[in-house]
Amino acid sequence: MIKETYPVKAGDMTAAGDVSARIKRQMKQLGISAPIMRRISVCTYEAEINLVIHSLGGELTFEIMPGKILVCARDRGPGIADIDKAMTEGWSTASNEVRNMGFGAGMGLPNMKRNADEFSITSQVGVGTEISMGFLI
Amino acid sequence: MKLSEFEALSGAKRLTKPMEDREITAGYTCDLLSHVMGRGQAGMAWITVQTHMNVIAVAALLDFACVIVPESLPIEAPILAKAEEEGITLFASDLTAYELVALLAAHGVGPVSRS
Ligand SMILES: Nc1ncnc2c1ncn2[C@@H]1O[C@H](COP(=O)(O)OP(=O)(O)O)[C@@H](O)[C@H]1O
Ligand SMILES: [Mg+2]
Repeated sequence: MIKETYPVKAGDMTAAGDVSARIKRQMKQLGISAPIMRRISVCTYEAEINLVIHSLGGELTFEIMPGKILVCARDRGPGIADIDKAMTEGWSTASNEVRNMGFGAGMGLPNMKRNADEFSITSQVGVGTEISMGFLI
Repeated sequence: MKLSEFEALSGAKRLTKPMEDREITAGYTCDLLSHVMGRGQAGMAWITVQTHMNVIAVAALLDFACVIVPESLPIEAPILAKAEEEGITLFASDLTAYELVALLAAHGVGPVSRS
């Protein structure tokens, strides 16, 4: 079985998306079907961007298990105080700077939830956020 | 519509080197990246005024046919290089986003599917 961990740096807008691109390349090599690859790419990208623009840094893990692919995003804070609010379409605390680049639509977490077969999010203020997404293959 | 047909019809400038002459399967215009992530589909033409590196990342992840920048907004060289590396064709057009949409639609390019 395959398990890869990719660090994601906070604030690095130029590199944002690189980890998702690497995961997609890996999925292509493994022959994952296009529709599943698309859904996973939406999720890895949204998770990666959130680590870059909202977190203090963290990592994405990509794991292939029998019958499913698991993608996890973990970070070192600042955590999310109100997860229900964060999950609401259109709700965002993104800075004006990143909004001008087209981020901060408040659709990242809803996109992840919609595209994953299994979705869970836990967060603790001052500690960090962990998102786990499963895709049945 | 093929990329080459779009180029001829619109008079848009092809900014990347010639690559596979893909079919444009659908069109979409939006400058908010999460909306594009949510709606985007393979083979799509994406019209956006965003011209930074992440546009290429999104287009490559979802396997778009091309990105079209309206009103001939300037695009920096590293963005073009990244687009070529990822196999994404980039066009710059004098037309507005509205005019580009109208042109694509008039030639049979439909919206993305709503699933
Ligand atoms: N990893 C994270 N760490 C801290 N806050 C986060 C994280 N991910 C999301 N958030 C919070 O949840 C909100 C909604 O996230 P999301 O749906 O991805 O929209 P957006 O990124 O466009 O703001 C963010 O604006 C932010 O306040
Ligand atoms: Mg987000």
